[in-house]
Amino acid sequence: MVQKLTQWRETPSQTAGPYVHLGLMPTWAGNAGAYEKELGQSPIAEGAKGEVIEIAGQVLDGTGWPLRDALIESWQADAAGRFPGTEGADPAVSGFCRFAIDPESAEFTLRTVKPGAVSLPDGRVQSPHIALWIVARGINMGLQTRIYFEDADRDADPVLSRIEQRDRVETLIAKPQGDGRYRFDIRLQGPGETVFLDM
Amino acid sequence: MSQGRLIPRDRSAHPVAYDPQYKTSVTRSPSLPLLSLESTPTEETGPRFGHSDLGALDHDLIRNWTKGKAEAIGERILVHGRVTDETGRGIPGALVEVWQANAGGRYRHKKDGYLAPLDPNFGGAGRCLSDESGAYAFFTIKPGAYPWPNRGNDWRPAHIHFALSGPCFGQRLITQMYFEGDPLIHRCPIAATVKDRGQLDSLMAPLDMSQARPLDHLAYRFDIVLRGRRQAWFENRPEGM
Repeated sequence: MVQKLTQWRETPSQTAGPYVHLGLMPTWAGNAGAYEKELGQSPIAEGAKGEVIEIAGQVLDGTGWPLRDALIESWQADAAGRFPGTEGADPAVSGFCRFAIDPESAEFTLRTVKPGAVSLPDGRVQSPHIALWIVARGINMGLQTRIYFEDADRDADPVLSRIEQRDRVETLIAKPQGDGRYRFDIRLQGPGETVFLDM
Repeated sequence: MSQGRLIPRDRSAHPVAYDPQYKTSVTRSPSLPLLSLESTPTEETGPRFGHSDLGALDHDLIRNWTKGKAEAIGERILVHGRVTDETGRGIPGALVEVWQANAGGRYRHKKDGYLAPLDPNFGGAGRCLSDESGAYAFFTIKPGAYPWPNRGNDWRPAHIHFALSGPCFGQRLITQMYFEGDPLIHRCPIAATVKDRGQLDSLMAPLDMSQARPLDHLAYRFDIVLRGRRQAWFENRPEGM
């Protein structure tokens, strides 16, 4: 017998279900005041450095129907490319946001600062991006993806460069609409399916 | 020695994305493969939460909706356990957020119209931070089973939803805790999305009489494992060299 290798398996995921807002965004669920302080209400505070932008879009299922029950979390670096909590990061950027889908327009909106490019320890540079984590009824495990920006340099990005079908890169790119507004739709399945990550 | 990349996810530990028995997954599951890559600082960092973010009753679902003025209806339970990573180390300061139906199987959510009544004394959401050893605990009431529109007559077993945040955004996990011995678990198409029987078993919390308090509450134990990180032995070199 060889030595025993002790390791634990990750707890299996289960769907967040339709009532995820009750736990993570109680005001949105109709329960304002459940917590004194809700977490992830905005990724930026007054005085955050950089360009304030607004990214809007829909989350579409395989039939093209927009989800109204999804909840998205975002995580990003500050305008200088530093992650909150690391040395020198902008104290007015928490970098973390939770947002849901507006029941009327079936759109989400993320208001934040445009992140900077992030240098990796090995010398490579990640283009400006925002990490997303999408959960909903019918999604058995949260989906990871990223928002990149059409008006930022993306040539050397180590994630985008690994996408074999080059036209699929477009699914990760937010399109400027003027006045700091961007469009970014997420397609869960089918034609134009968003590239989802396992990182 | 610093911490290295996140351990790549073993997807066989998790549910399948597409499962026709869970009908909503049919149009919401990606049909193309995920792009698997080593984690980067984006996944290895994450939001930090502290005790100043939390209220004094956030961990007590029996009393937090009424701010301590009245108690929720139902079977009183303590739910406790440890949050560790895949190497077995406790994760201190992990944010544990829970939400659940009331004792009748009704959620306090604007979208839930089940005929079971709301309990005026129960909100159904709670949260806490794990301690230095990774241990966490909640007081709550045992949630009720409820029917849901899927196949002709599907019922969810009693369950508590858990959202876990460790130090890394790439460790984010949402899951559900079931109760030992519930006959609805093995009829549930959502539980059945986890194909590995041992992994499904790991979602079932055993009754833990060692933590039950006489004449007050029962206890269930639910340990949670999040992704771990490699040790950074020789990692400051370009990928593939």
